[in-house]
Amino acid sequence: MEQAPTDPERQLQPAPLEPLGRSDSGLGVAVDEEAEGAREEGSGGDTMTHNNFWLKKIEISVSEAEKRTGRNAMNMQETYTAYLIETRSVEHTDGQSVLTDSLWRRYSEFELLRNYLLVYYPHIVVPPLPEKRAEFVWHKLSADNMDPDFVERRRIGLENFLLRIASHPILCRDKIFYLFLTQEGNWKETVNETGFQLKADSRLKALNATFRVKNPDKRFTDLKHYSDELQSVISHLLRVRARVADRLYGVYKVHGNYGRVFSEWSAIEKEMGDGLQSAGHHMDVYASSIDDILEDEEHYADQLKEYLFYAEALRAVCRKHELMQYDLEIAAQDLASKKQQCEELATGTVRTFSLKGMTTKLFGQETPEQREARIKVLEEQINEGEQQLKSKNLEGREFVKNAWADIERFKEQKNRDLKEALISYAVMQISMCKKGIQVWTNAKECFSKM
Amino acid sequence: MDMNSFSPMMPTSPLSMINQIKFEDEPDLKDLFITVDEPESHVTTIETFITYRIITKTSRGEFDSSEFEVRRRYQDFLWLKGKLEEAHPTLIIPPLPEKFMVKGMVERFNDDFIETRRKALHKFLNRIADHPTLTFNEDFKIFLTAQAWELSSHKKQGPGLLSRMGQTVRAVASSMRGVKNRPEEFMEMNNFIELFSQKINLIDKISQRIYKEEREYFDEMKEYGPIHILWSASEEDLVDILKDVASCIDRCCKATEKRMSGLAEALLPVVHEYVLYSEMLMGVMRRRDQIQAELDSKVEALTYKKADADLLPEEIGKLEDKVECANNALKADWERWKQNMQNDIKLAFTDMAEENIHYYEQCLATWESFLTSQTNLHLEEASEDKP
Repeated sequence: MEQAPTDPERQLQPAPLEPLGRSDSGLGVAVDEEAEGAREEGSGGDTMTHNNFWLKKIEISVSEAEKRTGRNAMNMQETYTAYLIETRSVEHTDGQSVLTDSLWRRYSEFELLRNYLLVYYPHIVVPPLPEKRAEFVWHKLSADNMDPDFVERRRIGLENFLLRIASHPILCRDKIFYLFLTQEGNWKETVNETGFQLKADSRLKALNATFRVKNPDKRFTDLKHYSDELQSVISHLLRVRARVADRLYGVYKVHGNYGRVFSEWSAIEKEMGDGLQSAGHHMDVYASSIDDILEDEEHYADQLKEYLFYAEALRAVCRKHELMQYDLEIAAQDLASKKQQCEELATGTVRTFSLKGMTTKLFGQETPEQREARIKVLEEQINEGEQQLKSKNLEGREFVKNAWADIERFKEQKNRDLKEALISYAVMQISMCKKGIQVWTNAKECFSKM
Repeated sequence: MDMNSFSPMMPTSPLSMINQIKFEDEPDLKDLFITVDEPESHVTTIETFITYRIITKTSRGEFDSSEFEVRRRYQDFLWLKGKLEEAHPTLIIPPLPEKFMVKGMVERFNDDFIETRRKALHKFLNRIADHPTLTFNEDFKIFLTAQAWELSSHKKQGPGLLSRMGQTVRAVASSMRGVKNRPEEFMEMNNFIELFSQKINLIDKISQRIYKEEREYFDEMKEYGPIHILWSASEEDLVDILKDVASCIDRCCKATEKRMSGLAEALLPVVHEYVLYSEMLMGVMRRRDQIQAELDSKVEALTYKKADADLLPEEIGKLEDKVECANNALKADWERWKQNMQNDIKLAFTDMAEENIHYYEQCLATWESFLTSQTNLHLEEASEDKP
């Protein structure tokens, strides 16, 4: 099993009981090593997930969304949407669920939770949030954040986010996550008190490391390329899908015009009248069927979008590795140069440039005592440096090991999820075709009766 | 002999017209077969124009031979139509395709335009051939059989262009009078024509719009499949499923192309022909009104003793006959036209529905077989995993 990293205060102790079930969810996430990975189909958004520290199975759902008004940090009125998060614990014996916690959170709090997790679990591919603003919009869909369809899809996305965390073997044990689900007031303060913002690596530092690192693990370099490709290809796919949806909408809706005209025409026709009128009705049915069809497709797009955003999470892990590796390389370099300085001082040969060396050359020799003192300082520094290098090396190897384990877990999850998404796309197409056959068969009958 | 609907030898009673309709429905009794094909471009110093080859096969005695091949240009068709209208002012003459493309195409000789026109001209001649009266028109026969120079010289006979124009102006002016005394049944007919014209024009626009939307959908779909192939290049475990999805999308794409061309074949030309028919009908109505107006003006003159009272009764008698013949011809042809219209519209829309059903059936089969293969794969993998 993977090691839980660093600070034990943030981790709840694992329950003394053995895990009751498989850590499955309808999304087919984190599977235990021994588990066969039998997936339950999630009904609606609720899925059962097992969690170590709750002693029982729990269900998490983001069940409602509500428009609220309040005052923001600058004391200005603002409108935002709040989401109701309900946690239920499930009795093992009879499967009945009891509501244990229920609180309201807004999107920014979800963001805070994620940013916290990113800092404290840099070796984990942290699940992404649903998009903040609607992108890849085709013309009928509103890009307005307050639009009810967008809010609904975001509600599902946020629920998905929580379920992903809850079914992750490591993230699920995090205390802040637990408090997110259970402690409504003061949670923000609690998160900020962890001081995670200070612990975060600066963007500049990370960028610097990316450019200067000499020997990153090749697997991470490959992973970075992969995540770039994934992001690029999914973006492209989503863009074209949106355009296709737009066109399809046009085709269906124009047929609706037939309905109106047929109806008016039928008024002047004696024999053809009835046939025209009822055919017109079917054209209306056809035209209005596209709304549901495209709404369903939007959910498919959301599934792809999640993996679009996962690409960034992958890159974050790569960046952390590069940073650690760079750190290590700098420390090693530093140590090597100190060792050399020490050697030179001891033997009297100058091979490396040092300011002290130069000044002594210019302003006169230093005394043997001074030299001894300097050698001693350097030796201490070298010792320290060697200890540090050793622990950094260890840290680095641990990181690579843990990160890679999570990446393997992620890859399996991704393959399962994307396969499922593509299959669900086929199912949607089939449903659309069946509806089309039915409505045109009806229309054809009306036409032939004219 | 010049046969027209005023000749006492031509049956004008509706009953005999109906018998004629039955005659047409039995294809073995059809004795005149016409095809229009092989458009060819001709360049002279003055102009460039297209001619179409017209092949006529017939067993009719009055034709000198059983097979004819001639070349005609659009102008010749216009001439024929004019002659038919002249000879049979209250019969519903089939419409000709428009002189120019409506949407202001610069290039008159675009391939699609020529093909569309060729099909419409083919329809035009066949409709005439199927018409119980028009099929025996002498100018029609000459059009189908005469060599180029023969046709030219024949065209030069008959009233000149200027006098024809003069007639048109008088016709429009006097037809206004005819509207006032229009009998009830023709009022109804006129109402129908007006409403029908409105509706068929709308349907024409809607159908064209659908074609355009389907074309744009097809254009976007063409890009959609290949992206999945691109994606498969970076996903080792998803290569097969992504490639399968790509091929499904491509197959649906082809099905959509077929649906589009089906629409263009079956629906658009028929609807458009009836748009032109509706304009034709309004012209027929006007001509009927004009004939009536001639009678009415003479009757008026008699009432107010404006002109020579002696000659008037005889003239009026002739005109009354003329009006009656014209009305009867129109009534009978109207019934025939309506019947044809119903059949044609019904067929066109039924075909369109059939195209759509076929399209969805193809797509359904594609995705269902994809799903089946995925399920089979899954079962295979599951059985492999078992120790």
